Amino acid sequence: MVHGFQATLRRIAPQLIILAVVLLLNFLVFPDFFKIEFQNDRLFGNLVDVFNRGAPTALLCIGMTLVIATKGIDLSVGAVMAIAGATAADLVVSGYGWGTALIGAISVGLMCGLWNGVLVAFLRIQPIVATLVLMVAGRGIAQLITEGTILTFLNEGLIHLGAGTVLGIPTPILIWIGLGAIVTLGVRRTALGMLVEAIGINEASSRVAGINSRVLLVSVYLVSGFCAAIAGVIVAADIKGADANNAGLWLELDAILAVVIGGNSLLGGRFSITASLIGALIIQSVNSVILLSGLPPEFNLVIKALIIIAILVIQSPTVKHALYILRASAESEALEPARAAQLTPPKETAQ
Amino acid sequence: MKLKSLLIASAMMLAPASVMAADLTIGFSQIGSESGWRAAETTVTKQEAEKRGIDLKFADAQQKQENQIKALRSFIAQGVDAILLAPVVATGWDEVLEEAKEAEIPVMLLDRTVDAPEDLYMTAVTSDLVHEGKVAGDWLQDEMAGADCSIVELQGTTGSSPAIDRKKGFEEGISDASNLKIIRSQTGDFTRSQGKVVMESFLKAEGGANICALYAHNDDMAVGAIQAIKEAGLKPGEDIKIVSIDSVPDIHLAMASGEANATIELTPNMAGPALDALEAYLADGTVPPKWIQTESKLYTLKDDNQAIYELKKDLGY
Repeated sequence: MVHGFQATLRRIAPQLIILAVVLLLNFLVFPDFFKIEFQNDRLFGNLVDVFNRGAPTALLCIGMTLVIATKGIDLSVGAVMAIAGATAADLVVSGYGWGTALIGAISVGLMCGLWNGVLVAFLRIQPIVATLVLMVAGRGIAQLITEGTILTFLNEGLIHLGAGTVLGIPTPILIWIGLGAIVTLGVRRTALGMLVEAIGINEASSRVAGINSRVLLVSVYLVSGFCAAIAGVIVAADIKGADANNAGLWLELDAILAVVIGGNSLLGGRFSITASLIGALIIQSVNSVILLSGLPPEFNLVIKALIIIAILVIQSPTVKHALYILRASAESEALEPARAAQLTPPKETAQ
Repeated sequence: MKLKSLLIASAMMLAPASVMAADLTIGFSQIGSESGWRAAETTVTKQEAEKRGIDLKFADAQQKQENQIKALRSFIAQGVDAILLAPVVATGWDEVLEEAKEAEIPVMLLDRTVDAPEDLYMTAVTSDLVHEGKVAGDWLQDEMAGADCSIVELQGTTGSSPAIDRKKGFEEGISDASNLKIIRSQTGDFTRSQGKVVMESFLKAEGGANICALYAHNDDMAVGAIQAIKEAGLKPGEDIKIVSIDSVPDIHLAMASGEANATIELTPNMAGPALDALEAYLADGTVPPKWIQTESKLYTLKDDNQAIYELKKDLGY
């Protein structure tokens, strides 16, 4: 157990360092960044905002990590968010309770996941194409549900999921941390995680080895749909309205970026949900730097691009290798030449 | 010039035949329904046509220019009396407008203009985005009456013409008031959720007590910002004055409860002035100006916002 914890820590160390650096950047542009107050019955501060506003991306990247681990990709999550938000809003506006609305939204999300999963696992359509269908069509479906307007609602229970607090902590934070923990434990305390990785590395041989790859593939898309539905409900609840045009727009790309920053390979295989979640926090911290800097909005994308490029370059295998050589040569000067020659590269814990 | 006189001459000949407005058939090519405002424009256009006894043929282009061109060609083939066009993009209209002109069908542009020779269309009915921003700036200047005020601004999508023009107009409106100062300006992408997120960061970066007014380039961002202000424990409309543009139903609802202070209407009634101009033209050949500017009406807390909300909410916003 202790060993497992150490391994996890070593795996997510680069992400934690990057997060610390970006948070430091926030501190530099805005010295009060780390100040957290308790005001108006809720925690109030920039750091709280990073965790709260990062919730949709964080939720999406839980499912996205699993999908990517199977060598797939789910482009439809943004659109599924819009559909789920619209469904929830439509249900409460029609007089149902928030519980029904939540269940309705989750059911719709699961249906979308099932659709993607069947296209990928049974019809063998490439994931990027299969999920593109729903990415394009999904927003239309959401608009059909809201009839093209921003469907506003006043149901306190539903609003609480997005804008409320539990013991002063904004609900979305609790939801994404809770769901992240459940899914991580679910795949790591059982063999599921390893089976998912096996499919990503070599689906044919994992099937020969007796893994039911179809069921697992459909399952990861179901998880992705489920996470997207929750994210959609939170986003709608936050503004007390379902905005079919804009809810979750381009968020699938942020989720994929979070997974990549989390050090997971788009080619599938080994994955770490924790690292992806830290990736989501990194993205939100970058957004926070931009907002707090007070620079004109024309610079937003430039700043974001520069920081992201820096992060990805530092994480690239070539740079990592160069850093390793540097460190090794520095060490070898201090050591006996014979021992230095014996130094072998450390085993990569994950790609 | 020759073409123009030809057009007028042909219109003169047409005039006696179309004295009865009730006989008019007009084609309307709408962009689609990408926003609530667009849906309201469609509803109001249909109402305006019905009020005048005009037979309106409606074509929804679903955001595609080729669909609009197809619709225009089919209107020409059907021999409609006039065409209303809300163009999805500015370029690529010359050919089909030529065809309409050859068929002697006047084309009126709604809400947006095109990059085509002016003689290819009769008139364009649009709002003046710069003017809208200026009305907002003027209102805030009057409201503050010389008192110092730090303003935060929620811009529209970076680089879009409404964002550029509404910013420019507002700055013009407050340029002669040294007591008004924009302290922070950031894009909220015209959406509620971004409006809320960016307002949250404004409140923390500047401190809620140091912000006296919010100017949002559209009402949706203002509605999002109102929620952020409330969650920060402040009273929107009192602690922070709010002025925005568009006049959508939800901002009137907020104004009815005193949570927003003013909005400038981007009227969905572009068809009304266009049809008025068309009827005048058909009746006695009055050639309308090439640009008809719609009124940028200012609504404040003095108006009956609850009533306006009730009136607007069924327009499809």
